[in-house]
Amino acid sequence: MTGVAVAGVGMHPFGRFDGVSTTDMGAGAVRAALREAGVERGGFQAAFCGTAYGGVATGHKVLSRLGMTGMPIVDVEAGCASGGAALMLAAGAIRAGQYDTVLVFGTEKMPKGIIRSSFFEPWQEEAGLAATPAFFALRAQRLGRASGVTKDHLARVVVKNRRQGAQNPDAMFQKETTVEEVLASRVVCEPLHLFMLCSPNEGAAAVVLRRADRAAGAVPVTLAAAVLRSHVPGPVLSESTPLSGLADDGVPAPTTLAATAAYEEASLGAPDLDVVECQDTDAARELQSYEELGLVEPGGAAALFDSGATALGGRLPVNPSGGLLSKGEPLGASALGQVVELVRQLRGECGPRQVDGAKTALSHTVGRGANAGVIVLTR
Amino acid sequence: VRVMVRDGLFRDGEPPTLLGSRCGACGSVLFPRSETCPYCASSDPEPVDLSRRGSLWAWTAVTAPPPGYKGDVPFGVGIVELPEGVRVITRLTEHDPGTLSEGQPMQLAIVPLHHDGDGNDVVTYAFGPVSP
Repeated sequence: MTGVAVAGVGMHPFGRFDGVSTTDMGAGAVRAALREAGVERGGFQAAFCGTAYGGVATGHKVLSRLGMTGMPIVDVEAGCASGGAALMLAAGAIRAGQYDTVLVFGTEKMPKGIIRSSFFEPWQEEAGLAATPAFFALRAQRLGRASGVTKDHLARVVVKNRRQGAQNPDAMFQKETTVEEVLASRVVCEPLHLFMLCSPNEGAAAVVLRRADRAAGAVPVTLAAAVLRSHVPGPVLSESTPLSGLADDGVPAPTTLAATAAYEEASLGAPDLDVVECQDTDAARELQSYEELGLVEPGGAAALFDSGATALGGRLPVNPSGGLLSKGEPLGASALGQVVELVRQLRGECGPRQVDGAKTALSHTVGRGANAGVIVLTR
Repeated sequence: VRVMVRDGLFRDGEPPTLLGSRCGACGSVLFPRSETCPYCASSDPEPVDLSRRGSLWAWTAVTAPPPGYKGDVPFGVGIVELPEGVRVITRLTEHDPGTLSEGQPMQLAIVPLHHDGDGNDVVTYAFGPVSP
């Protein structure tokens, strides 16, 4: 079985771009990734496009714009992990020998405000039981109790990520903030204030994958694992957002299922990681991800954060791109945006937000479905 | 006319009752009612009435109206653990998080949600602190 290499990456910045369509953004990211990979028309045999709100044939519209159709083009929806799902399918096809070179991209224009999801039944919206930030808040409260996470921790996660995002030209918010400013923003759902929640927004990202034995490039980056998992029922606060769950805290989260499989696929473990991009839809979600990804033992999230290990300059910087708290979240593009950042980190191209000497990187997204995607990249 | 936000979730009686199921194969308690069990994939769940009282496991309040919501804000949302080992996502009658505490005894109530365009009073299930 052949390995899979990343031959090129490209990005359309994340933000709000009136008058720029989903197709425009996707085409921009794809063109940049193909250029970097040295791939032209006819140089890839399949394309997978992550999108949740793009509508029918989003991927076809992007590749039609570029005059690059004829090959299979498959749109992939897996909530916040859509890009990870697309990457998993592409990598699997290359490993199986089906294709040599595959284009993976994600593009999205999210509606403004709280994300409305067709996932919920109308009565659930009518009764107020479909408020996404409320589920985030309930998780934050439980994490607070289990792991000693305080509101001050949540504010400091925002400060950390916004400081890192201030160095990222592709981020929506490139301005630092303070604990005082975060806590002065309005309460959306206690304990979460507005600045502790990421903004749904717009953007695109693209990655060209190639059989490792056909790849070239100065600093080859290997896709060591690309795993998608759904939930196992039980946890009432699972991203599957059930209306009930069991009084049993021993059921693994989808993120843990995906991470465990990804470490096995990549033949390494959490202690081997140098840099992580993880789901920080809200500030508590980043801390919860530390535990679910095995970066620290259960209950240890606040202590790991307090140690400074996860800030730029620490032992294991998390979200050097600024995370979703700085970049915003275009669902279909967010996972591939992480991959673009990590590939650039592994190549040493990140300037002031560079994690020195990074050799092993992990990308994590989780959301509605539940879907959890974990990707491991090495050089 | 008083109508339920959705049929089959609860009995709007005095006292009210949440309608669940218990799986005949694995014993798991489900809410809402289901003819299949998500825990063991069997088709054996039987209808059961759930306990009216439980304890508060998590809570918050929603301060701005989410998409599709037709009631007033702020409103409480939380999770109540029932003695049969099931945790239920529910509205709360209390919307000030500062007044609630973990493990607090809670009791089922049916509460007004909004008046619809056809002159109906739409009601839903909620849990509130047990009156002393």
